[in-house]
Amino acid sequence: MRARLAVHLVRRSFGTMLGLALVAMIIALALLGPFIVPYPDDVLGAVNLTNKLQPPSAAHWFGTDEVGNDILTRVIIGARLSLLVGIAIPLAAALIGVPLGILAGTAGGGLREAIMRLTDLFLSVPGLVLAIALVAALGPGIGNAMIALILVWWPGYVRIAESKALAIREEPFIEAARAAGASQVRILWRHVLPNSLSPLIVKMSMDIGQAILAIASLGFLGLGAKPPTPEWGAMISIARGYLPDWWWYAICPGALIYASVLGFNLLGDGLRDILDPRSNRG
Amino acid sequence: MTTPLLLAQGLGKTYALKQGRTVTAVADVDLALTPGAALGLVGESGCGKSTLARLLLRLTPATAGRISFAGTDITRIPERALRPLRRRMQIIHQNPSAALDPRLTAGAAVAEPLIIQNLARGAALRARVAALLAEVGLTAEFLNRFPHELSGGQKQRVCIARALATEPELLVLDEPTSALDVSVQAQILEFLETLRATRGLAWVFISHNLAVVRLLCEEVAVMYLGRIVEQGPANTVLGAPLHPYTRALLASVPRLGQIAAAAPGEPPNPAVPPSGCAFHPRCPLAEPRCRTDAPALRIAATGHAVACHLVPGTKRAAL
Amino acid sequence: MTLLSIDDYRLAFDGFEGTAHVLDGITLDVARGETLGIVGETGCGKSVLARSLLRLNPAPPARVVSGTIRFEGENILAMPDAALRRLRGRRIAMVFQDPAAFLNPLLNIGTQMADVLHGQDSAGDAPRRSAREAHARSATLLASVGLPEPERLLDARPHQLSGGMRQRVLIAMALAGEPTLLVADEPTTALDVTVQAQILALIAALVAQRGLTLMLISHDLGVIAASCARVAAMYAGTVVEDAPTATLLATPRHPYTQGLLAALPDLDNPAHRPRGIPGSIPSLRNPPPGCRFHPRCAIATARCGVEKPALRALAPAHTVACHHA
Repeated sequence: MRARLAVHLVRRSFGTMLGLALVAMIIALALLGPFIVPYPDDVLGAVNLTNKLQPPSAAHWFGTDEVGNDILTRVIIGARLSLLVGIAIPLAAALIGVPLGILAGTAGGGLREAIMRLTDLFLSVPGLVLAIALVAALGPGIGNAMIALILVWWPGYVRIAESKALAIREEPFIEAARAAGASQVRILWRHVLPNSLSPLIVKMSMDIGQAILAIASLGFLGLGAKPPTPEWGAMISIARGYLPDWWWYAICPGALIYASVLGFNLLGDGLRDILDPRSNRG
Repeated sequence: MTTPLLLAQGLGKTYALKQGRTVTAVADVDLALTPGAALGLVGESGCGKSTLARLLLRLTPATAGRISFAGTDITRIPERALRPLRRRMQIIHQNPSAALDPRLTAGAAVAEPLIIQNLARGAALRARVAALLAEVGLTAEFLNRFPHELSGGQKQRVCIARALATEPELLVLDEPTSALDVSVQAQILEFLETLRATRGLAWVFISHNLAVVRLLCEEVAVMYLGRIVEQGPANTVLGAPLHPYTRALLASVPRLGQIAAAAPGEPPNPAVPPSGCAFHPRCPLAEPRCRTDAPALRIAATGHAVACHLVPGTKRAAL
Repeated sequence: MTLLSIDDYRLAFDGFEGTAHVLDGITLDVARGETLGIVGETGCGKSVLARSLLRLNPAPPARVVSGTIRFEGENILAMPDAALRRLRGRRIAMVFQDPAAFLNPLLNIGTQMADVLHGQDSAGDAPRRSAREAHARSATLLASVGLPEPERLLDARPHQLSGGMRQRVLIAMALAGEPTLLVADEPTTALDVTVQAQILALIAALVAQRGLTLMLISHDLGVIAASCARVAAMYAGTVVEDAPTATLLATPRHPYTQGLLAALPDLDNPAHRPRGIPGSIPSLRNPPPGCRFHPRCAIATARCGVEKPALRALAPAHTVACHHA
């Protein structure tokens, strides 16, 4: 029944359908990338200067870059890295933030104050600025960029988990569990956490898009992945130097960043509707 | 006299508000419940009956007085030490929809206390859960149903099965049927009565419905603004009440062709309690001393205690 | 003289899980000056019926399948919007269960009452009354529902009022348009029993003073017995029995009404042991054929599972929808 209802809710909304399609496309590119790219040799940056900066053609749909690599090939391969970091960053941030948030929401008192004030401290600095500062301190590179973004994002999960846990703590079923003699750990694990998941899943879906964008931004600023690693942001960074004459160089990675951010955001919106218990009836 | 199963002495709960102000939800409650006894707690919203229920089960800590369960003082013992006693006392909530975790099936909800208390596992656990559901009139097909797939009456049956799982001696029922339709309420009441007879349960039955309490309890305590104002055998308190508040409560119950607005005004805000007797602003019989002196609960007749200046009585012995 | 006449009214709600046949052929006449109670359990359609009188059920999902609701001869279901605005509040007014939900917490009572009065001015094409007039009229209305110091109350916010006072304010708002018919949907369900008695007494007094016609919807037969001369019992979207209140309480003829009375604990007679009605209310998406009560009925026969019983008169003013009554 719930599965059927979910299908109904997805179908009813064009946005969710589009989001689902875009996300499916990104995932397909990431999974199948190495098998479908037209020029496998270009993946790691073969140098072929005779072919450099060619316009789109039948042989190179999106043209070639400054060392003669097929842009389409490099963009497709880039999906894998983007999706990986896009999932890893929110996941790691949630693994830090959710336990802290639930702890803050259920424990109350001084512990809650300490956790929430630390969270506020992180949230009061603009995310990307903090990330840039952190990468500058740690040194550029995709690994350090990810660490920086995880450090920037965990407080958002604390906030949501805390407010959800605060509300659930007051539910009679929590009291019923206490009356049965359940320990605090059991109440958190069996009752509070499962009932807090819906908004966290929605946030994670939206954050995957944001993480792809953020890592591309750091790449663009030269703080993330380094060429010849096929990373969308780094590619645009180089392509910037060839604008406007060689415009196709920037368009292709840009379009994929756009598609993935849009896709995960729309999917998150759709999930919000599906996971909301009030949408039990259509 | 046998050891009471549950004994409350001078029990009270005061909450601290902002700016150093306090609000007293429950004050000076003395209760004794022998094994198998049935006590009804009645009163209007904000009278503290639900808070008292939670105090009795130590679901919220008392700020005054003592509670002991089966001879053990549980007022301040740590939660870990309380856990084995939790098996012997259970609660049933007013709204069965909120009292069941929406993500647990009926079977999992009933199994939870058995798992926590380490009473059964594996095949024995499954058999126990099925037997408990059968006892409350639910077939095995309900085992895997989620709360949103059950009707209100079915949910309350699951809650009862869950409460019975650990074979408690004391059940606190907090308005167990007020969220249900009357035809379903009657089913549940019938069933609860049978249950008490067969299992020898003692219960504290909280309700705003006087008829239900008269039906299911031998003894009744009427609460007003956190205090017991009248207590005694159900037939006496609800049949021949002495306290003006109890009388107003009974007269206000709608009857054929008859509306009696017996007490003006509304229950007071516990944060700003009236002076003297809390009921005096609404009492048709109030005298000057009611405004200044709070009446103590005194024995008016055998087993019948009333807190009213206008009802003669003798001082009640400490429990 | 008939004020309100509902004839074979059927209302369905279209939803993802199918169409719910919420009202299934309601036929009910209310005479001017009558006090009619509608009693029934969750999902019997009593609130939907009450809202139908003002066309308040959102459509979609609500869809009128058939029937008419005539008020003073006019079919409410076919009324144009302008006429409907004149109907609401000025001819039929409504009081709801949860008074807190119907007052805006941010505005004081005076502003909200003035809004009601001005809304009625514009619906009735009357000149918009001045702030002073609105203020004076609001104070008079509040005084008429037994609220002390109405002038001061007009400056109060809803949260400063108790539940009983809020319900009085809503009753005052309902009276603002001098309605003929007052529809009260569970008006005391959220209140304590002593306050409930006060509100019921107020409604009874207003009905008597103003010659109002009252339709009181409640799940509590006691509330209706105290306030209404006539009662209609509903089950799963149909009226199953309609009789003078004393008759229905003393000699109920429909098995459902009998079951409802048997299920009610009686404070004054503790020897009466309430008995439940076996089973539970049917799904309105897939209601039982024939009589909707037959799966729970002790005296049901094969005919009950096939043929829907019509309301028929057993005595003057006592009608029952049962093949076996």
